[in-house]
Amino acid sequence: MKSIRIGAGLGFYGDNWEPVAASIERGGVRFIASDHLAELTLAILQKDRQRDPALGYARDVVPMLLRLWPLMRERGVRFVCNAGGLNPMGAAQAVLAAFAAKGWRARIAVVSGDDVLPRLLDASTPSDELTHLFTGESVSQVRERLVFGNAYLGAAPIVQALDAGADIVITGRVADAALFLGPLVHGLGWTLGGATEPQDLNRLAQGLTVGHLLECSGQGSGGNFGSQGAWQAIPDPAHIGYPIAEVWEDGTALITKAPGTGGRVNFDTVRQQLLYEVHNPHAYHSPDVVLDMGGIVLHDEGHDRVRLTGARGQAPGPMLKVVAGYRDGFKAEVTWGFSWPDAWDKAQAATATIRQLLQDKRIPHDELFVEYPGLNSAHGALAPLPDAAALNAMNEVWTRLVLRTPEKSAADGFGRLFPWLALSGPAYTCGFNGLHNTSELLGIWPTLIARALVEPGVKVDFLGDKA
Amino acid sequence: MTSVRIPLARIAHARSGDKADWVDFGLFAWNLAGYRLLEREVTAARVRAHFAPWLPGEVDAWALPNILALKFVLRGALQGGGARNLRLDNLGKAMAGALLRLEIEVTEAELEEALNTPRVAWWGEGVA
Repeated sequence: MKSIRIGAGLGFYGDNWEPVAASIERGGVRFIASDHLAELTLAILQKDRQRDPALGYARDVVPMLLRLWPLMRERGVRFVCNAGGLNPMGAAQAVLAAFAAKGWRARIAVVSGDDVLPRLLDASTPSDELTHLFTGESVSQVRERLVFGNAYLGAAPIVQALDAGADIVITGRVADAALFLGPLVHGLGWTLGGATEPQDLNRLAQGLTVGHLLECSGQGSGGNFGSQGAWQAIPDPAHIGYPIAEVWEDGTALITKAPGTGGRVNFDTVRQQLLYEVHNPHAYHSPDVVLDMGGIVLHDEGHDRVRLTGARGQAPGPMLKVVAGYRDGFKAEVTWGFSWPDAWDKAQAATATIRQLLQDKRIPHDELFVEYPGLNSAHGALAPLPDAAALNAMNEVWTRLVLRTPEKSAADGFGRLFPWLALSGPAYTCGFNGLHNTSELLGIWPTLIARALVEPGVKVDFLGDKA
Repeated sequence: MTSVRIPLARIAHARSGDKADWVDFGLFAWNLAGYRLLEREVTAARVRAHFAPWLPGEVDAWALPNILALKFVLRGALQGGGARNLRLDNLGKAMAGALLRLEIEVTEAELEEALNTPRVAWWGEGVA
């Protein structure tokens, strides 16, 4: 039976691509699919685009491809990524320009049409549309503050691009797993659009599961393995191999990694990723198929090989998921340390002084958030604190103070409330950071939009020439 | 039968993730004996009560016996979402550790069985 191998690219904007080189050189992959867009990444890209309209894409795709493309070209490996972000055409042009400087050529397909901001901004949109997916609130509450809004597209335009011979496919927002499902549908000849047969839907469900297992790079092969006393057994993390899937025509998949790499692919590491950022595991929605994980079997064959079977699929509904972002005030943060003796009490006294100043100067703010890195910033009230005597016996206590305010000027001035305390506040301060530290906060607006409003506008454009 | 209180970290592993303002957790037993304890003890109500002093939100739960796992979603966990959350751990990456602090009561025999039954996963030669 025919099979193809696909390897994980990046798991986020800023990830490491050396493990991808190992998958290409030693993993026998035909495709690499690379996910550059976490839920919040478009917020970062939106800020780039505000500064320069030519930006708005995940810029790491350029150095990544300068490193990987020679390896891929030599072996005929094709590359799919969502690094286009808010500007997929800009990303493709940047890649082609960098390639041209090296004398390289490539045929790049650009997938666009995920931008639904105009629809979100349209005040004539009926009030029961585009409501908040979790709370049901009307989008009119945030409409004037929206900065981006993108629908999660499915695998179809990626399949179209690969069928047409693209070496590289660059998309904007697509469902993360669709980056992987696209090459599988293309390579294995699966039925995608309008699939109704259980066999077709179950194969798509297998493909979606493969994509989900690979879309977070090292998290699928022993990275970020949350446990007490077990993570230490993950070998050679410095040279972790990202997960690779071999997928057969019937949908059966083998999850593995390149020989000679670190990390671990086993029942434990794979299922941590299987449930990652999943809500109802019996209805994991994607634009292409709705996945039920309830029948999934992960058979651990040992030696970094896990066989995946049993994913069940149902036909997807008429709606696509959208994630939009809206401006939601500002924060400014300061980190401030006090050392023994009485470090805890001094941190408390210093914080009280800052609260007093905020009041005296009538600085507009919604909250002053205070946490103690090293004590409770990770687990909040669930982190057991030592008693006051023990806290005051500590070598150091670090305080992180964060102002939330609707006024940028208040955030800009926050850091300047502190320096005078070096000479006039509690003694033995051992570090201060954050004099100028304003950033804009963004609220996330998850919602749904009718496919019929999005899919007719999805485009695949081709740039560049075959190598 | 003597019973003991143990944190979930003794018999389980976990990962947390975020979608907007909701944090989700996968909680995994190393073997079937451990899974039976998780399924019996770690209900949605228990998880909700555990987080309540810090993050008092609704909790949804699903059991996945096929992979010896439980799935939880805690609503309202991130001050509205990662890009407006003022916490250092703005995405709740460390929150799975907070779940592993949850204490359950099991008999000594049950604990022994959960700890001594071999893991399902392959962890390399010489690793239990």
